[in-house]
Amino acid sequence: MTDVTMTVNGQTVSGSVEGRTLLVQFLRDSLGLTGTHVGCETSQCGACTIHMDGKSVKSCSMLAVQADGAAITTIEGLADGEALHPVQTAFKEHHGLQCGFCTPGMIMAATDIIRRHPEGLNEKTVREELEGNICRCTGYHNIVKAIIAASEAMNADSTKAA
Amino acid sequence: MYDVTYHRAGSVKEALSLLEAADDGKFIAGGQTLIPAMKTRLAAPSDLVDLRHIADMKTIAVAGKTVTIGAGITHAEVAVNSEIMAVCPALCHLAALIGDPQVRHMGTLGGSLANNDPAADYPAAMLALDAIVVTDKREIAAAEFFTGLFETALNEDELITAIRFEAPEKAGYGKFRNPASRYAMAGVFIAKNGETLRAAVTGAGDDGVFRSAEIEAALSADFSAAGLQDVAVAADDLMTDIHASADYRASLIVAMAKRAVAMANG
Ligand SMILES: Cc1cc2nc3c(=O)[nH]c(=O)nc-3n(C[C@H](O)[C@H](O)[C@H](O)COP(=O)(O)OP(=O)(O)OC[C@H]3O[C@@H](n4cnc5c(N)ncnc54)[C@H](O)[C@@H]3O)c2cc1C
Ligand code: FES
Ligand code: FES
Repeated sequence: MTDVTMTVNGQTVSGSVEGRTLLVQFLRDSLGLTGTHVGCETSQCGACTIHMDGKSVKSCSMLAVQADGAAITTIEGLADGEALHPVQTAFKEHHGLQCGFCTPGMIMAATDIIRRHPEGLNEKTVREELEGNICRCTGYHNIVKAIIAASEAMNADSTKAA
Repeated sequence: MYDVTYHRAGSVKEALSLLEAADDGKFIAGGQTLIPAMKTRLAAPSDLVDLRHIADMKTIAVAGKTVTIGAGITHAEVAVNSEIMAVCPALCHLAALIGDPQVRHMGTLGGSLANNDPAADYPAAMLALDAIVVTDKREIAAAEFFTGLFETALNEDELITAIRFEAPEKAGYGKFRNPASRYAMAGVFIAKNGETLRAAVTGAGDDGVFRSAEIEAALSADFSAAGLQDVAVAADDLMTDIHASADYRASLIVAMAKRAVAMANG
């Protein structure tokens, strides 16, 4: 067993893991953060998407020990208390989910896409950028709408702030 | 996955000595190929030596036309690097087509080359750009580096530290992606520098990445998509699998070469 320490959603956490423990197992089983889902566990579906040091990665495709010392954000860390993150709000408003299984990964991927495209998003870009996330229910249409809406809302906010 | 002992290297030297001390150790970079292989027990190393924190392997330098990229640079970093974009935008385009954003945030140039998947993108670029693969021990020309399916000239304990190439006057990449896996079903990288012209094909060869004599001959006569109009690529040494037949791949190669040359001509 190896000791790991990382920052998860702003809090320093430590734990003891096997070398082979996947990051997603550590998050779900050791930390109880079950918002991060496991769909395929073979790097295809993106349900397990989290942010490591600010970038989207698939937490089923890395070991917990690889994340030692890193800053991790999961779906649980997005909202500001009771106030939902703008991407969460947009998914709710635009009906960007049905069963909800893919949603945590979709939202973590979406926030990363918006971060990398401060110039704004169009449908083509969003669809290309969502290549790593699979949804079995929605047909993607409302997910794409929600992400574009969130990007517009967040850009409007940052212009106001500036 | 079998259990494994993890080590984190802070330098090339430390990575080599950690590997040497291990029973049956393996380097791990982005893990985007190795972790899935360990899950299915296709790979079962006793130890992993993590290269992701070696600062020396994470630099990009462009001096004139000479481009040097550290082996630890991720696909996402190549895709948006303004210095590479200024001299060889085709390579940024290629990196942006690898897998998906999450894979590109972790996967590295060094890992991709060491793995030499017959459907991977970078091998085509390296061969067409006549790149040099720099290891801790020597420099290997791309033409000698890729030796077959998942085979390279690397020794077991050899570490890729960087690659280097001279940016050509013109370059382009055309890729037909497998819609499920996103790997290339045919990818063609074309680089032209004066009279020197190389067209390297990935995703299609029976024995991995290769240069297409037919495409090169046609483009030497007429460097345009029109120049490829009547070209036929022989299907003899192409791959047939569940995704596509050799004949279909032969046709894809010409189609992707047309896209690549159109990009090269801007
Ligand atoms: C869903 C998905 C889609 C993908 N799509 C594509 C695609 O479209 N095109 C494509 O080209 N690839 C694709 N890949 C593969 C991806 O590019 C990998 O990142 C890459 O092949 C391996 O890089 P890595 O850094 O993750 O290496 P790892 O998985 O960490 O290592 C791979 C191998 O290389 C060795 N190694 C790593 N670094 C070095 C080094 N510096 N020196 C010597 N040996 C080293 C390791 O020991 C291991 O054997 C995809 C992967 C996934 C999961
Ligand atoms: S569970 Fe990680 S990609 Fe599907
Ligand atoms: S909402 Fe059901 S999988 Fe996406």
